[in-house]
Amino acid sequence: MAAHLKKRVYEEFTKVVQQQQEEIATKKLRLTKPSKSAALHIDLCKATSPADALQYLLQFARKPVEAESVEGVVRILLEHYYKENDPSVRLKIASLLGLLSKTAGFSPDCIMDDAINILQNEKSHQVLAQLLDTLLAIGTKLPENQAIQMRLVDVACKHLTDTSHGVRNKCLQLLGNLGSLEKSAAKDTEGLAVRDVQKIIGDYFSDQDPRVRTAAIKAMLQLHERGLKLHQTIYNQACKLLSDDYEQVRSAAVQLIWVVSQLYPESIVPIPSSNEEIRLVDDAFGKICHMVSDGSWVVRVQAAKLLGSMEQVSSHFLEQTLDKKLMSDLRRKRTAHERAKELYSSGEFSSGRKWGDDAPKEEIDTGAVNLIESGACGAFVHGLEDEMYEVRIAAVEALCMLAQSSPSFAEKCLDFLVDMFNDEIEEVRLQSIHTMRKISNNITLREDQLDTVLAVLEDSSRDIREALHELLCCTNVSTKEGIHLALVELLKNLTKYPTDRDSIWKCLKFLGSRHPTLVLPLVPELLSTHPFFDTAEPDMDDPAYIAVLVLIFNAAKTCPTMPALFSDHTFRHYAYLRDSLSHLVPALRLPGRKLVSSAVSPNITPQEDPSHQFLQQSLERVYSLQHLDPQGTQELLEFTIRDLQRLGELQCELAGVADFSATYLRCQLLLIKALQEKLWNVAAPLYLKQSDLALAAAKQIMEETYKMEFMYSGVENKQVVIIHHMRLQAKALQLIVTARTTRGVDPLFGMCEKFLQEVDFFQRCFIADLPHLQDSFVDKLLDLMPRLMTAKPAEVVKILQTMLRQSTFLHLPLPEQIHKASATIIEPAGESDNPLRFTSGLVVALDVDATLEHVQDPQNIVKVQVLYPDGQAQMIHPKPADFRNPGPGRHRLITQVYLSHTAWTEPCQVEVRLLLAYNSSSRIPKSLWIEGGEMAPQVETSIEGTIPLSKSVKVYIMPKPARR
Amino acid sequence: MPEIRVTPLGAGQDVGRSCILVSIGGKNVMLDCGMHMGFSDDRRFPDFSYITRNGRLTDFLDCVIISHFHLDHCGALPYFSEMVGYDGPIYMTQPTQAICPILLEDYRKIAVDKKGEANFFTSQMIKDCMKKVVAVHLHQTVQVDDELEIKAYYAGHVLGAAMFQIKVGSESVVYTGDYNMTPDRHLGAAWIDKCRPNLLITESTYATTIRDSKRCRERDFLKKVHETVERGGKVLIPVFALGRAQELCILLETFWERMDLKAPIYFSTGLTEKANHYYKLFIPWTNQKIRKTFVQRNMFEFKHIKAFDRAFADSPGPMVVFATPGMLHAGQSLQIFRKWAGSERNMVIMPGYCVQGTVGHKILSGQRKLEMEGRQVLEVKMQVEYMSFSAHADAKGIMQLVGQAEPENVLLVHGEAKKMEFLKQKIEQEFRVSCYMPANGETVTLSTSPSIPVGISLGLLKREMAQGLLPDAKKPRLLHGTLIMKDSNFRLVSSEQALKELGLAEHQLRFTCRVHLHDTRKEQETALRVYSHLKSVLKDHCVQHLPDGSVTVESILIQAAAHSEDPSTKVLLVSWTYQDEELGSYLTSLLKKGLPQAS
Repeated sequence: MAAHLKKRVYEEFTKVVQQQQEEIATKKLRLTKPSKSAALHIDLCKATSPADALQYLLQFARKPVEAESVEGVVRILLEHYYKENDPSVRLKIASLLGLLSKTAGFSPDCIMDDAINILQNEKSHQVLAQLLDTLLAIGTKLPENQAIQMRLVDVACKHLTDTSHGVRNKCLQLLGNLGSLEKSAAKDTEGLAVRDVQKIIGDYFSDQDPRVRTAAIKAMLQLHERGLKLHQTIYNQACKLLSDDYEQVRSAAVQLIWVVSQLYPESIVPIPSSNEEIRLVDDAFGKICHMVSDGSWVVRVQAAKLLGSMEQVSSHFLEQTLDKKLMSDLRRKRTAHERAKELYSSGEFSSGRKWGDDAPKEEIDTGAVNLIESGACGAFVHGLEDEMYEVRIAAVEALCMLAQSSPSFAEKCLDFLVDMFNDEIEEVRLQSIHTMRKISNNITLREDQLDTVLAVLEDSSRDIREALHELLCCTNVSTKEGIHLALVELLKNLTKYPTDRDSIWKCLKFLGSRHPTLVLPLVPELLSTHPFFDTAEPDMDDPAYIAVLVLIFNAAKTCPTMPALFSDHTFRHYAYLRDSLSHLVPALRLPGRKLVSSAVSPNITPQEDPSHQFLQQSLERVYSLQHLDPQGTQELLEFTIRDLQRLGELQCELAGVADFSATYLRCQLLLIKALQEKLWNVAAPLYLKQSDLALAAAKQIMEETYKMEFMYSGVENKQVVIIHHMRLQAKALQLIVTARTTRGVDPLFGMCEKFLQEVDFFQRCFIADLPHLQDSFVDKLLDLMPRLMTAKPAEVVKILQTMLRQSTFLHLPLPEQIHKASATIIEPAGESDNPLRFTSGLVVALDVDATLEHVQDPQNIVKVQVLYPDGQAQMIHPKPADFRNPGPGRHRLITQVYLSHTAWTEPCQVEVRLLLAYNSSSRIPKSLWIEGGEMAPQVETSIEGTIPLSKSVKVYIMPKPARR
Repeated sequence: MPEIRVTPLGAGQDVGRSCILVSIGGKNVMLDCGMHMGFSDDRRFPDFSYITRNGRLTDFLDCVIISHFHLDHCGALPYFSEMVGYDGPIYMTQPTQAICPILLEDYRKIAVDKKGEANFFTSQMIKDCMKKVVAVHLHQTVQVDDELEIKAYYAGHVLGAAMFQIKVGSESVVYTGDYNMTPDRHLGAAWIDKCRPNLLITESTYATTIRDSKRCRERDFLKKVHETVERGGKVLIPVFALGRAQELCILLETFWERMDLKAPIYFSTGLTEKANHYYKLFIPWTNQKIRKTFVQRNMFEFKHIKAFDRAFADSPGPMVVFATPGMLHAGQSLQIFRKWAGSERNMVIMPGYCVQGTVGHKILSGQRKLEMEGRQVLEVKMQVEYMSFSAHADAKGIMQLVGQAEPENVLLVHGEAKKMEFLKQKIEQEFRVSCYMPANGETVTLSTSPSIPVGISLGLLKREMAQGLLPDAKKPRLLHGTLIMKDSNFRLVSSEQALKELGLAEHQLRFTCRVHLHDTRKEQETALRVYSHLKSVLKDHCVQHLPDGSVTVESILIQAAAHSEDPSTKVLLVSWTYQDEELGSYLTSLLKKGLPQAS
């Protein structure tokens, strides 16, 4: 890579010179590209058979081509295209043309004429299709050029009558991607007839080939995506396609109907075979609901998914989806849900059902029963009991989205969601529990529903149980029996699965604080107090007892009468728990005790938070004082950093911002300190020792900048520029220090070159942000770039040194939302004295359980590191499936780490910790050329460095020698 | 006019003894060959003498198709093939082929050994009959002979149940057998593609019922079992050996696994063990969940469900027992019931329908004191629950299947006449297709208009296509060619090729017509006038004046000659070939109008 970059740098400059010298365009091409195109040309001439030529082209396609040589390569390719008889080679050339025209920095308008030309003479359908694809690539590359777009659309229209479906497909794709958006603009380019793209595409909805029909619908959707308003007439056409024979057509048609329904929700459409009219969105909703019972599961998934986003639909249509109108022998029957509800409301809970309890009641008029065209009727009932779990998950998701927007629907769908807790596939169960949590604001659980929900607490899957705990955290319970039931079931859960301890405590905390009035009457029973007798003091270490206390204390927070019911030992236990489990036990206003914490009173929350103000002010102070004497600056920085760190500790919501700014200031401080070093004034041979300090500072700045860039979520581009700028300064510092300490010029050459590459790289990546960096180090550097390029290393170092000293302190704009990534390893706890014994040479699996906060994309970047006592370190990549996402911004890693080592004489500790792997080049968009090439996967996985994310945990292990 | 004739020998407006004769395109197919549960005399089997009075069935029937292994669909098979005599092929799916003989043998044992019937088929007959079976795979098109082909679709219902498409040429019939449109714990839902048959023969057991979601039923069932087991009670579930039993086993097994329960589950009878073995083998026929997970663990290898031993019934502690038969009328389930009925902690769950007169029916209708044999009175203190787990499509499911297949006609079987009436009306109203519901022995005749495939040579097609293809491909187009009919196959070729193939010389057919023109001038001049006239009228045709004085328009020749009698009248001779008929007749009519006066 580096070598390649280097070549690129030099190539650019040689070219600039040559372009000035050369006048004749045709010659320029040959001369400027000595390597690539010429080699290709020779290769292609050498090729004796089409297979040979194909081989050369394939080889050629593996390597990237610079933007400057693209045109030459294209000419060569075209030349061969005209000569070539074999369609497969022409096909490859056509595809290469498309690929080449995508090269960044190359404007493909010059090859368009040729492409259209060869299109006209081409006979092979496959090659035609590929050429149209190339034109599409060219067209998308030049979105501004109206004339070219018109021309391409024209070409596409001409080939629409082709007999091959592939060609027609591509034409429609072209129309969809390039069809003009505004008619007025089209009229300006005279000579070309104004075409109604929608009409043309619409005509192909009835093509004989299903693939073309699909392509036509997709093209229409593409038009919509590009911002063209589709006509309402399309709705009827699309409805016809819903009964197409082919699933891909139906699937696309469902999407199209959805799009139209979102565009014209309020317009009125007639119902066929009656003179009634309904809103379009309702009609579309009915039609999509009907597709939930389609024959193909792909269509069913599609339909179920789209239902979720149709929020404008009228409520009675919505509620129909849950109603299946049961009947038995032509008599109306109530659903089991209705019966359960009735039983509950009549005060009798479980009666032990008799046979014929569900006996049908009233007679149904046979004429009134409509078995098919009931539209939305029972769509979700069908979707939720579909054979394919993909459909069921989609239905649950849709249910969730609709319920979030409609409280009455949320109430109704509850029964169905509760039923899904018994699904046979765990994923579906989990999904429905999550869904329930999301809509829990809108609902209150009935006791019988709560019963079913709580039954799932015995599930052996940890994920399910934890999801359920999360759900209970935000559930509204209606009665005190409900609370009692929940507590009993949770305690049962606790005895069955003791590892759920933390999760259950947390759950009870919320349960208590949400329902103080319901907990109040339960207190005597829960604490087993007696009005006359003293009861035995419960065991303080019993997790079940702690669970009960957590519930009660949290309820007592908003219920001042409750502490009166406590017995003496309860108060003692309170004091103990308040200290040991302060995150679960709130501060209580207890009689005879002063309130423990009064720092943050929640009722005084002014709009302008004083601590936030403080943060702003201290930062502004730093940024405004740029030209103080170095001593003063240093002191101010030191104080501000100290303030910020303290602030971050006190105010957890500002922790991210404070830490982030403090880190930046620390970098600055280090830089200033390094530049203040005496070494700059001492003669070269004497400062060997001091230079260590400066080098260490440079290294530390680099580390800090990586942390800033990758450990915080919510960092925006403007911060990234500043961070990179800081890193560049650190690199400059490094270069200068090395230049002063090393003798000889040779190693410097390499370093200078590398540094200049970095500058070049910086310039290319952040070209848009450069105007904001005025007066900065890089700004000055870029001014002097041409000089630096040609200068000797010693001179470069000199320039850099002065510039670094003159450079100003850049203001770091604070992002809106910024959070520092953090992780805690819950398991292994690192307390065990019993070593983990295993036979050396074999492996032992260590369960690792950790929570991650504010880590973006943890699947790719979080790694586990194991450090053995002999210094050997292992990095383990957890599987993507090991990460769970219990809430926004939070992740949970539950994985197994395999340890192995040769035999030891006695047990020793290994360290386990989490790392954040980063790769700074991942931010840069990869060149399109490499897509599908062999290089891509390597780029994806390469790790440039790592940042420790969590504290390390020690695990005691003992590999025994194998017994013979 | 070709016809499709359908005659139900059983299952016409009735449940049981399914047997339907179909004649399609000159082929005769028998669909299912079942017995009737309700009779034990001759009426239990279909009346095969209807098919042919004298003569062998093999000569008359082209094949027999069995949809699934339930006895009301295959019970009469050994009688039919071995005792009445049929040697043709019998088609069924592999699971059916495997399980069917077990059930037939069981049926034979009960009939012969228990009831002591004579003149019943023997074990050997079952074996011989099964030798005639040809197994089919799902979606495999089997050629019975050159014209008749059959294809199986998944039907749910029980393991190996299939719907069959029977096709002769372009005519086709789909027979659904029994099917289920909602998936359950061990089987998927029935599915068919848009095959647009001429006739769809569908079952209609639940023609007037729309069922509740199965999830409530499952949840109820599990909750009841769980509660009883938790308080230390015993649960008895009387089941039939095959079908529902497996579904309930899977349901309980997964529940036990999920909830980590320890109470034992037992399964009685050896028959079921054998059947479970087949369930293990035919994983592709089960539902998505089982298919996806069987690599890790086969769901039918039950971890919690063990074989039952008589002694277990007396052991203390909670347990769940599946026992046969399902209606508590005899056997093991009744024995266990008598032991457990006394305690109110125990529970019996009836998962299916019970016939009147059985113990199952009595307790379901609320009877608490039962008289047993020997004048004993058994007091039932245990809880009695009813749970309906049925695997037939409900009215909505039937409509859904009709919608999926898009048939031209529908025929209802396997249901009660009154209920069929309702469904028939609904189908006619909502799909606008005609619907039939013949009684046993009644024949329905449908006339079809089969489309006849004609092969066309690619050259001809391309030539005609080149004349401009409009996007509206559904519009009819005119095409010139020659239709060759040769040993019942049709081909459309260009006329040149037809001539070549048939070895005929081309004949030219020319039309000649004389047009009298009043013109006093010379022939040459007349010809010249005609030429200039035509030239001005027919702008987009090639009009030429030849040196010999004649005029040609494309290939039409016009010659002028003087009239032999009247010199002032010129005779125009117009001659054209058959291919140019259109232009030729247009020209004559043009010339008949006369030439414009020369200016």
